[in-house]
Amino acid sequence: MKRGFSILAIVTALLLSFALYEALIAAPTERTMGDVQRIFYYHVPSAWTAFLLFLINFVASVVFLIRRDTKADILALVTAEVGVVFCTVVMATGPIWARPVWGIWWTWDLRLTLTLVLWLIYVSYLVLRRFSTSSQTPVLAAVLAIFGALDVPLVYFSIWFFRTQHPSPVIGGGGSLDPRMAHVLLINWAAFLCLAWLVCWTRFRLEVLEREVEEAQALESLLEGSR
Amino acid sequence: MNYLYAAYVATWVIHGTYLAILVRKYSKIRQEMESLKK
Repeated sequence: MKRGFSILAIVTALLLSFALYEALIAAPTERTMGDVQRIFYYHVPSAWTAFLLFLINFVASVVFLIRRDTKADILALVTAEVGVVFCTVVMATGPIWARPVWGIWWTWDLRLTLTLVLWLIYVSYLVLRRFSTSSQTPVLAAVLAIFGALDVPLVYFSIWFFRTQHPSPVIGGGGSLDPRMAHVLLINWAAFLCLAWLVCWTRFRLEVLEREVEEAQALESLLEGSR
Repeated sequence: MNYLYAAYVATWVIHGTYLAILVRKYSKIRQEMESLKK
């Protein structure tokens, strides 16, 4: 297990370095936007990774509601947390790209607004998990996660079915992307997926450890009370 | 070009901050484990 983690950490570091080189140097420069288009190599893979993590969070929440499985509950918490981190990257890199290209940092466009709503739902989920002391918190959080997950397809398909200011889908949906750019995009996505996996793995172990310590502390105070 | 670097730096600042939070959390749990052993 420890060896597998170390291998994944090394692979992730190598892949992230290679992906950075590909995005900044090897990828061709886009004709109209110039170098600022390279933000796309971090923005899009971060969004795809966040969507995938929210999807896992949805499945884990459903499993938890059916089986009351602690591991599913931990997986839901971990994927929501890491998903919010990746979604924050999307929310930060989007406006930085929009300012030179659109001339504005933000517009209340359907895609942008739905992404902001998605981010707020999962931040609320994490706030609920962090500050609620009720024994029903995991159940409430799982229900919230299921509602939150409904926003993911809305965000993803908003640029397919509605006319928005956000660029059209780059893969599928009639979008066309230079094959070299698509190659760099996929390398960056692979690197971010490895990073997400590594961070989720670490956070999962940390959560298990934290719960064990909490149980031990509760047991200790119980023993001290009975003396 | 500045916008490009700003976006890449922002990405790594966000990931770095989250990793720092995890490291802090881990050291806090370790301290609690040490106090439990005593």
